[in-house]
This record gives sequence, C-alpha cells and structure tokens, in this order.
Amino acid sequence: MSSNSFAYSEQSGGGEATELGQEATSTISPSGAFGLFSSDLKKNEDLKQMLESNKDSAKLDAMKRIVGMIAKGKNASELFPAVVKNVASKNIEIKKLVYVYLVRYAEEQQDLALLSISTFQRALKDPNQLIRASALRVLSSIRVPIIVPIMMLAIKEASADLSPYVRKNAAHAIQKLYSLDPEQKEMLIEVIEKLLKDKSTLVAGSVVMAFEEVCPDRIDLIHKNYRKLCNLLVDVEEWGQVVIIHMLTRYARTQFVSPWKEEDGLEDDEKNFYDSDDDQKEKTDKRKKSYTMDPDHRLLIRNTKPLLQSRNAAVVMAVAQLYWHISPKSEVGIISKSLVRLLRSNREVQYIVLQNIATMSIQRKGMFEPYLKSFYVRSTDPTMIKTLKLEILTNLANEANISTLLREFQTYVKSQDKEFAAATIQTIGRCATNISEVTDTCLNGLVCLLSNRDEIVVAESVVVIKKLLQMQPAQHGEIIKHMAKLLDSITVPVARASILWLIGENCERVPKIAPDVLRKMAKGFTSEDDLVKLQILNLGAKLYLTNSKQTKLLTQYILNLGKYDQNYDIRDRTRFIRQLIVPNEKSGALSKYAKKIFLAQKPAPLLESPFKDRDHFQLGTLSHTLNTKATGYLELSNWPEVAPDPSVRNVEVIELAKEWTPAGKAKKENPAKKFYSESEEEEDSSDSSSDSDSESGSASGEQEEEGDSSDDSSEDSSSEHKSDSESASEVGNKRTAKRNSKSKRKRDSEDGENENEKSKTSDSSNADSSSIEESSSDSESESESESESESRKVTKVSTPVFVPVKTHVLLHRMSGKGLAAHYFFPRQPCIFGDKMVSVQITLNNTTDRKIENIHIGGKRLPVGMQMHVFNTIESLEPEGSITVSMGIDFCDSTQTASFQLCTKDDCFNVNIQPPVGELLLPVAMSEKDFKKEQGMLTGMNETSTVIIAAPQNFTPSVILQKVVNVANVGVVPSGQDHIHRFAAKTVHSGSLMLVTVELKEGSTAQLIINTEKTVIGSVLLRELKPVLSQG
Amino acid sequence: MYTKLFKLFSLQKMIHSLFLINCSGDIFLEKHWKSVVSQSVCDYFFEAQEKAADVENVPPVISTPHHYLISIYRDKLFFVSVIQTEVPPLFVIEFLHRVADTFQDYFGECSEAAIKDNVVIVYELLEEMLDNGFPLATESNILKELIKPPTILRSVVNSITGSSNVGDTLPTGQLSNIPWRRAGVKYTNNEAYFDVVEEIDAIIDKSGSTVFAEIQGVIDACIKLSGMPDLSLSFMNPRLLDDVSFHPCIRFKRWESERVLSFIPPDGNFRLISYRVSSQNLVAIPVYVKHCISFKENSSCGRFDITIGPKQNMGKTIEGITVTVHMPKVVLNMNLTPTQGSYTFDPVTKVLTWDVGKITPQKLPSLKGLVNLQSGAPKPEENPSLNIQFKIQQLAISGLKVNRLDMYGEKYKPFKGVKYVTKAGKFQVRT
Repeated sequence: MSSNSFAYSEQSGGGEATELGQEATSTISPSGAFGLFSSDLKKNEDLKQMLESNKDSAKLDAMKRIVGMIAKGKNASELFPAVVKNVASKNIEIKKLVYVYLVRYAEEQQDLALLSISTFQRALKDPNQLIRASALRVLSSIRVPIIVPIMMLAIKEASADLSPYVRKNAAHAIQKLYSLDPEQKEMLIEVIEKLLKDKSTLVAGSVVMAFEEVCPDRIDLIHKNYRKLCNLLVDVEEWGQVVIIHMLTRYARTQFVSPWKEEDGLEDDEKNFYDSDDDQKEKTDKRKKSYTMDPDHRLLIRNTKPLLQSRNAAVVMAVAQLYWHISPKSEVGIISKSLVRLLRSNREVQYIVLQNIATMSIQRKGMFEPYLKSFYVRSTDPTMIKTLKLEILTNLANEANISTLLREFQTYVKSQDKEFAAATIQTIGRCATNISEVTDTCLNGLVCLLSNRDEIVVAESVVVIKKLLQMQPAQHGEIIKHMAKLLDSITVPVARASILWLIGENCERVPKIAPDVLRKMAKGFTSEDDLVKLQILNLGAKLYLTNSKQTKLLTQYILNLGKYDQNYDIRDRTRFIRQLIVPNEKSGALSKYAKKIFLAQKPAPLLESPFKDRDHFQLGTLSHTLNTKATGYLELSNWPEVAPDPSVRNVEVIELAKEWTPAGKAKKENPAKKFYSESEEEEDSSDSSSDSDSESGSASGEQEEEGDSSDDSSEDSSSEHKSDSESASEVGNKRTAKRNSKSKRKRDSEDGENENEKSKTSDSSNADSSSIEESSSDSESESESESESESRKVTKVSTPVFVPVKTHVLLHRMSGKGLAAHYFFPRQPCIFGDKMVSVQITLNNTTDRKIENIHIGGKRLPVGMQMHVFNTIESLEPEGSITVSMGIDFCDSTQTASFQLCTKDDCFNVNIQPPVGELLLPVAMSEKDFKKEQGMLTGMNETSTVIIAAPQNFTPSVILQKVVNVANVGVVPSGQDHIHRFAAKTVHSGSLMLVTVELKEGSTAQLIINTEKTVIGSVLLRELKPVLSQG
Repeated sequence: MYTKLFKLFSLQKMIHSLFLINCSGDIFLEKHWKSVVSQSVCDYFFEAQEKAADVENVPPVISTPHHYLISIYRDKLFFVSVIQTEVPPLFVIEFLHRVADTFQDYFGECSEAAIKDNVVIVYELLEEMLDNGFPLATESNILKELIKPPTILRSVVNSITGSSNVGDTLPTGQLSNIPWRRAGVKYTNNEAYFDVVEEIDAIIDKSGSTVFAEIQGVIDACIKLSGMPDLSLSFMNPRLLDDVSFHPCIRFKRWESERVLSFIPPDGNFRLISYRVSSQNLVAIPVYVKHCISFKENSSCGRFDITIGPKQNMGKTIEGITVTVHMPKVVLNMNLTPTQGSYTFDPVTKVLTWDVGKITPQKLPSLKGLVNLQSGAPKPEENPSLNIQFKIQQLAISGLKVNRLDMYGEKYKPFKGVKYVTKAGKFQVRT
C-alpha cells in the first residue's frame, strides 16, 4: 500500500499532490482517500528529512527507497535538491546511490546538477585511480550540455593518466561526450588517436568502441595500431574482443586484396614462403598474377583463431563472421565446429547462430555437412528453432544424404506442432525440386500425406504438390484425380485454390473430372473464400475455352455470380474474363488470343530459401538477423582491386628481426608434425619445473610487465602490487605460449610472412619494455648476418627453446637498502654486441620513497671481458619496478663479472656469474649437417659420459626439457628415436657445441659433447650429467 | 580514398535500457544507461509475445520504429533490452544472460521476488556491469569485491552497525592482468574440486536404434585456494575432447600444444571448460525403453505401456530417472500403474511425468495403463516422444579421466577432488 501511495505523489510532484488529494476527497469516499494521501505526503517529507539527517543509516535507507522508486520507473525528481547534497558523502554506498540518482535525473534538473560538479572535479584529482575513474564515469554520464568543456578537459587529462583503468574510463567517456555534443568530434578524435596507441589490454576494447562510434570512417587511425590490436586481441576482455574483431573485419576488407580469387593457388603460396621472405614487399607488386596474402591479413586471421574457443558466444560468432568475410575460402571450414557447439546454448543464442548458419549453408553446403545430425529437430525445441533447423537441413540436402533426411522428415511431418509439420512439407518440396533423383519419392510421400487427418498438413501438401507438378506436369494424371476428390473434404482455402488451379491447368488431361469439379464448385460458389472464388473463375474460363460444349452454361452461371460478388477483386476478374472469353459484339482483338492467355505455358516456381538474400549483410549483425538495414549499420566494403600501401601499418620502432632463419634447408626436413611434438616437449618443461622455478619466473615476468607501466603501478596500493606479482607467472606463461605458437605457426604457415612477424613480436608481448624488444631484435639480425657470412650452412641462430626464466638475485633488498635487483638471461641475442650475452636486470623499489639515479658504477672485470651498461635510471617510484637490459661479453668463460650498482646515495657491489648453458646460442641445423660437423669434432674435441636413470626419464620430452633447462641449445630433428641431438654455438667465438644423448639398453644413456671449446664442453657435460640422471 | 569506404554515420550505443518483465506482463524493473526510454516501448514486445502464443517462441530480436528490442527469457522472466543502433545481437544476448547469471549467483535464484527484494543491489550491479551501454565488469569475482552478496547475517549486521553492502575495498581485479580473480584470497582449508559432468544428447527412433547421439561435457570447478595458485589439470585421454570452449583463465596455447589445462582460477565456483566428445566415438546409450503406445481408432481410449531397462551402464547404477511425455492434445486423462516410483499427469498441459528413481535389473520399472481420449476427436497422428532424464554417478560416459592436478605458485598442499557424473541431456525416444 505504501508504495502505491508513493507512486501517486511522486508522479504528480509534492505541491500538486496536495491539491489532488483535496480534489480526491471530494470525489472518493472521504475517510479512506484522505488518509491515503495525507500519509503519502508525510512519506515524501519523511524521505527528505531522512536525507537531511545526520545519520548515515537514515540517509542510506532513504536512498535505497529512492532507488527502488527509480527502478520501478516512478518519478523521484522532486527529491533532487535533497539528494544532491549527499554527493560528497563519506559513506561509499550512499555516494554510489547518489550517483545512480544523479545520472538518472541530472538531465531534467540541469541547474541543480551543476552543484555536484565540483565534487567530481575534486575527485578527478584523487590519488586513488579507482576514485578518479569513477568520478570520470559519473561526470561524463551527467548529460548536461553546460559541462561539456569540463568533460572535455577531464577526458583529455584522464587519457594521459598513468593508470590504464582510468584511461579505459576516458575511452568510455568519449562516447558519452560525443553523444552529448557532436561538435566536439575533432577534439575527441585527437584523444582517440592517442588512446589507440595505448598498449594496455584494458584500454584497447573501449577505445575501439569509441572509435566505432565517433569516427568509424577514420580508418587511417587504425593503420599504425593494426598489428598491435591483432596481437593484443587474445588478452582483451571478451566484450572488447567482439568490438575489435568487427572493426578489424571492416578494416581488412578495405586494406587487403581478396583472397578468394585464386582458390587453387595454395601451392604457390607454399613456394613463396621459402623464396620471398626478405624482399617480399618489393616483390608483391611484380608478382601480381599469383596471389600472396598480405602478412598482416594473415596475422589477423591467425590471431583470431584461438578465440573460437571462447566461452562467450558473441566472441565466437564475431570470429566466425571474420573468417567468413575475410579468410581464404579454404580456411573457413574451421568455424563450423565452434558454431555447432553454440547450438547447445540457450534458445536465444541458438536462434541467432542458426540464422547465420542458414545463410552460410546456402553458399557453402560442405561446411556444415559433417554436422548434419546436429540440426535434427527435437520435439521440445521451440518452433522458431525448429523452422531454422529445417531450413539448414534443406540447404544441406544432397544426393548422398537425402534418403536419411527424408526418413527424418517423415517423423517431423507427424509432429504435433502443426506449424512445424507444414514447414516440413514445404521443405520436402524444396528438396524434391533441388534433387531430381528424389522428386518422385517425395511426390509419392506427399500424396500419402493427402490422406492425413490434419487439415493443415493436407493443405500444405496440396500446395507443395501443385508446385511440384507444375514442374513436370506430363505424367501425373492420377495424382490430379486424387486431389480433385479431396475438394470434397478439404476446407483450407489455399489448398482448395491450389487444387482448382491445378485442375484448370491440366483440364485437358482430366477431361472427365474437370467439368464435374466445376459443377460442384459452382454450387457452393457463394460460400467459398475469395481466393477460391478467383480460382473457380479461372477454372471456368479455362474449361470454357477447351470444352465449351459441356461447360458453357456453367461458366456463365459462375460469371453471373461473380458479377455480383461483394469483393471488387472478384467483380473485376469476372468482368475481365467475360470480356475475354464470351464472344459478343464488342469483343475486341484480344479474345482471339484468349486461349493463349489463359493456357500459356507457365514457368514453374522456384522454391528458394528465405535466407537467400541475407548474405549481403555482414554475418552476426543485427541487420542480418532482421534482414533489413539497421540504423548505424556499416556496410562491408568490397575488396579493393589493388591493395593500398601496406607500409602504412609499419610501426616506426625498430622492428624485431626474424627469429627464424629464412632459407630453410633445416626447415624443409623438419615437417610440421615433428615440430608439433617438440613444442609439446617445450611446454612440458615449463610445466613441470619446480615450484621455486615457476615462482621466480613469475617474478621476473611481472617485472617485465611493470617495466612498461612502471609509473602506473607506483600508484597502486601495496596489496594490489602483491597480487599482481603473484599473478605474473600467468603472464609469463602466456607469453611462452605465444612464443611457441609463433614459431610453430611459422613452420606450417603457407605463405611468406616474415614481414609482419618482425613487428609482431615486438607488439605481441607489449608488456615487455619496448626497449628490450628492440634491442634483442637488432642484435638478432646482426648476429644472424654475421653467422651467415661465416658459414652459410650451419650456424644459424634459431629461436631458443623456451624454458621458464630462472631469476638470480643480484642484490637483495635487505642489503640494497630497499633496492632489490634480480637478473636473468633472456636467451636472446644481445643488442649491444654480437659477442655479448644479454642480461636483463629487474630493479624493484621496496622502500616507500623514490630511489633516484640508479646506475652502474665501477666495474671489475677479468681480462677481455666487456660489459655494456644500461642507461642511468633517473628515478624509481616506491613499489615501482623497472627492467633494463645490458650485455656482457663473458669471453666464453664462466668467470664472474663484478661491478657496482649505484644509487644517488649508495653503491652496492654485485656480481654476475653466468651458468655455462647461458653462454650459448641455439643453432638450427639438419641432422645431416649435425653429423657432418660432429665428424669433424672428434678425438680431443669430444667428451662423453654414461648416464644411468629410470626409463621414464628417457622419454624425448623429459630429455628435451632437461637439456634446454640447463643450456640454451637448439633441437636438431632426429630420424632415430633413441638419439637426441642439440646444437648451439658459443656467443663469443661462435664455436659449435653439439650435444648428443644416445639411449642404450637397460636404462643407460650416453651423453656426448663435441666442441672446440673443450673447457666449456666439459663443464657443460658436468652440469648435464646429474640433471639427466636424477629422477 | 579508402576512408570513403567507411560510411560516415554510426552511433553505436549498445544497450540503452533494460526492462525486466514477469510472466503476467508487468514491468517490475527498469534501468536506463542513457536518457530515459519510455516503458511504452515494451508494447511492441507484448505484441510479439501475444503473437507467439508460447513464451519460448517470442523472437529474441524485435524491430520497432525507433528502437530494436533484444530479449531473453530466463527463469520465467523476460529481460528486454532496448537498442538504438546496429550491434551484434549475440553481444546483447550473451550480456543479458550474464546479468541473469549474476543475479542467480547473488540471490540464489533469478526470480521476480528475489530481484524485488534486492532492488538496490540489483541496481548497483547493473551500474557496475554496464557503462554507457558497454559492458564494464562482468566477472563475478570482481563484482563480489565491489558489491557484497546479501546474506542473512550480513543484513542483520548491517542494520545494526549501519555498514553497507558496497565493498569499501577497491576492486583490484579490474586492474590486474587476471581480471577474473580477486586479490587477497585466504582460506584455512585449501580445496580444489572438479566436477566432470557429461550429458548424453540422443535421439532414439521407434525401433530403438540411435538416430543421433553425442556427448557434451563440462568441467565445473569449485576452487577455494589461497593466494594466487597456478593450476594445471591434465587428462589421461585428452584426445577425446573434440571441441572445447574455455573460461578466459585458461591458457589456450598450452592446451593447443600439450592438451593440458593451465590456469590461475577465479575464486569460487565457475565453469572451467565445456567440451564435445569427438563424434567418431560411438556413444554408449545407458538405457533402453520398450514402449507400446497406441490409440484405438474411433474409441475414446488408448493403451500406454513403457518399460525402462539398463544397457551399457558400465556396471554402475542408473538413478534419478524421470520420464516426461508431452501427450497429444486429445488426451483427457491417464490411468496408469507404475511398478516403481510415482507418476503425475497434468490434464491442462498434457504433460505426463514419471519419477522412476533407480533401475534394479532384477525388476525393470514399467508404467502401464489406459489413456482416456476426448471422444469423437480423431486419434492422434503421432505417438508422443519420451524425454528421459537419468544420472549415473562416478562415471564419465566418454571415458574421460583426469590424470592429475598440479599446483604452482603457492606453498601449501591443497585438498583435491574430482567427481564424475553422467546425465541425460536432450535425450529423446521417438515412439
């Protein structure tokens, strides 16, 4: 009751309520009504009083009730002044509810809303990022035009905020401001441009959303960020993924040439991969005739693939439509499995997915044929799902499966859901026309249905039979007779009309029956449906022309009836027919052709799918579902004839060199299958590494992470920080996966795509500090070229097999007065010199004040050893961390590099001693080359030992994992199961280091190392032996 | 020149408003993320609902002159969202379901009463989940940090102390790289439970042969582990899994390369993966049904006789059997005797439900008797199909087996458990 009374007063507003109350008293029974409204008034006052009270609990109560009113759609605007006072409340819940209220009513109470603005402006400067973010959120949600400049300013500031979360909110605010004031477009585009460059996964989805809303035409803003977006995609939150994928689909359709032209050009692609790596870009112009997919195009297709596994149906659908619209036709197939999976979901998802499958299955039957049975209908499906499934089944029907399908259809025809049964009959008709083998079978089946008890079924059958007969009228006199009999029983107008039409059309084939039918129809003409009447007229006319002796009078009788019919269509038709067929003095030239007009050969109707015309809409869109263009639908453009300049996507940072050597002798002998198992092994290694390992790995991962956004995190509270660091092993692992997959992809990818790989890496792990990436890239190319010049065939640096990063303590925080330093070997060729081992140092500030001027002081290096120090770090925020890289040339020895790590105030002595395994760089070579090189490094250069261990330690994966954990070596593909080979070269001198593990009978194995650097070789042997033999 | 190809207009504004409507057509909650849209927009929805006759058949996407309505039907409620411009419909549908899931999660049920009782929390949730119509925080772990779910104890405490449901801690999850896990999780007993639930979808034809059968499975997890555990779950026979969809926490590449599920789990209950078992494997059908349903011509009665027996049950007991039959409209009543369990027949909806319970192979359960038909009406064309539910504990029908669960990143030893259940999914026997 209370809420009722509430409603009244709120709708009418306080003042009015009084009046109304008084009015009401006069009309309605005095006591009840008066009581009601007076209590009502009191309640409202009550709320105001509660809001003005000192107690938070009362305020909260009031706010809760007000929110309840808003939720019910009742007007609570008169409380605005009372509510807005509480905007600065200390209590978070009150504050939040006030925000809810403000956002809802600010538009109506603009002047009062301005009172709250200063609170938000203050909050925008709050040191806590979450408060800044939420202030921006509410401020931008207040739709008051006066504050546009304030909003603009706030957005600009927030877009440069150190916290990615605030930047995300800034991106959201852009859309709000744009809808409030489109005039701001230019300024907003500037902000969008800036935010698009953002490397945080948090921001990416939101800013693309803003882009799509504000300036979807400014495709030029995407170029530079294209690769980054592709690479970030997997880590963006699911809603953002959908938006980005849709945007990139449109982008791809404007920037790349169609991959559909040369379906059979696949072999070419494979060849291109090997010979057009470096200079592919230049070559693309020349070799126009053979299509090569733009590497960026490939990048997009490849990076979206994992998302097919998403739990979010919208993401899966988005990827599916991307594949449908931009990938080569041969690759679209992979989406069908995932789409079929979505059919297990709730009915709404099923509905949309089935619609899209229906459209796809018209064009490409093959895609869904293996899943035919997944579209079988269950009696419990809602009708709309049933009909869609039926549609798909029809599209999929072919000679091979039609008999199974027809059997299935038989069950459907009997369904209690008559609408569905009718749809099935139509389907059978369509199958019959599409597949000529079964036309007769279907026809017979349909004729059987004519004796069905249900009228709808019979009627539908008649209509379908009519269509079928029209296609091959000659030999079906019997069926027509049968149907003529049905006229006695069937009442559905469409069916009656169909039968009449059929008889009229074939009146010469059933000369005895036709006039009789006409007689019967004439009898009941007046009680027939309009549709039927028209057909009776037609039948009469046709018979009049062919058999006027018997039917002349009947027809005239019918024409007379028609002349006075209530429906003008029928009167019209009657007049028209009479003029044509009945000879009289006025009859014009046309009546001569009456027979030709009425009994012309009519083309058979085409039974087509209702989904036929949907394919011009982008799949997965609202427009596709509705089959009309929805507001704001962006047309997918056609592929350009000539690809626009692909170099616009090049990012200006120094690109990371190819990690894989281009010329591929080794590669060719290394089939993709083999590699697959290898990568498994690699992964194993990271998996089963000890706890401490993974922890340290995670720590370092985290610091890398932070390196990028060190300044951001400085703001976070310490608890956040902790959680971050704990979570970072996840990041590390993700990256592992990326790396692995990357190299794998390279192997089995079919087209030359090095171009983008370069920049891809640098982007993909955007978390890595970019300087590091750049550096490693550089050196890699250098070392590569160098090694190539040395001996073209063998010593090519390959990708290091990934192992969890082992971090070593450089400086403990206790001894470093709060400055902690860790180092690890990233196993990347070094940027600073090709003889150097790259070392990454992560510095953590565990104190609560800034540490300034971190640099390397005095060095005490053994003879010959060189070191490239990192640049001085100006300052490190509390809780901040930064990763820097440096290079040390250890001269292929395990001597210690000692140096001083200095801050503004202190100097700490630290040293780095490299494990022998880190002095190596992996080398890719074939088994043959390996054997040849091994043959040259025998005698003194060979050291070997026997290992004894349990057989389970001698599985290929375990061996691989153990060896690469110790040393940075490359795997040599082996033709023999019991021999495992690894190759590397020393960093300083480039001498080969060949490791062989040969499994023998009885859980023993022989470990052989061949190298010129016998000292290192024997040290490595010493280190490998215990590792391999231990359980 | 290429920029021209992009059309110049677009005001993509995702979800504009949301209306919650109950079965009897009352709009009992509305929420607007932008300017207010009048309730009258729902009239188009009601119109469509009327046309559809059955709630299941209300089209999820409806076009009105100025808006588009995208709706879902969940737990006897319609969630109707108002859209103004082009948007992928699945995006909205998926989001609405996520909203319903969240309500379910918070209030234990997604019903009108629960929503009305907790309208403030609902509003707070909606506010957090969507910003300007674009999803913001949809992970339950984050939401629970922001807004605490109601409990009886807490509401008592709150009313006494005046404290609130709104978390005053800051939602760190939103800022981290693992947005699905909240920070600072602490348990005294660290436990990780996995339920492997497999469902058999099947269509069995009249003669008892399988028209279509497929196994769909999910692994639901209940993880109560402190700190930031990094788990990896491996299977004895991962190749069985043909098509898998993952919770975002799972590292896809690890799965791709070694078929190991490696993840930092969200805290609490969540669905880890759902999968389909490859279709090459023959599906063992654990039950068979002997049926004899007949309606006599020109008579007002019919016979109904079904018997259920076990088949390929791998030595496990089949329990929780229920048979649901949608009888034809002409059936007035049914007079049946079950040898086991109990049955009900609803003369209005014409649904027969037989709650069988367990199968004991010595004495197979059966349900026999007479069917009363409306006299004079033609006999039903088709026999109704039987929908069967059952459950087999301790068995994953596909043979999927969890090999081991390893935890990294934390020092303590968690208690681990795996439970297998096989259920009937959409299991239909045509008669």
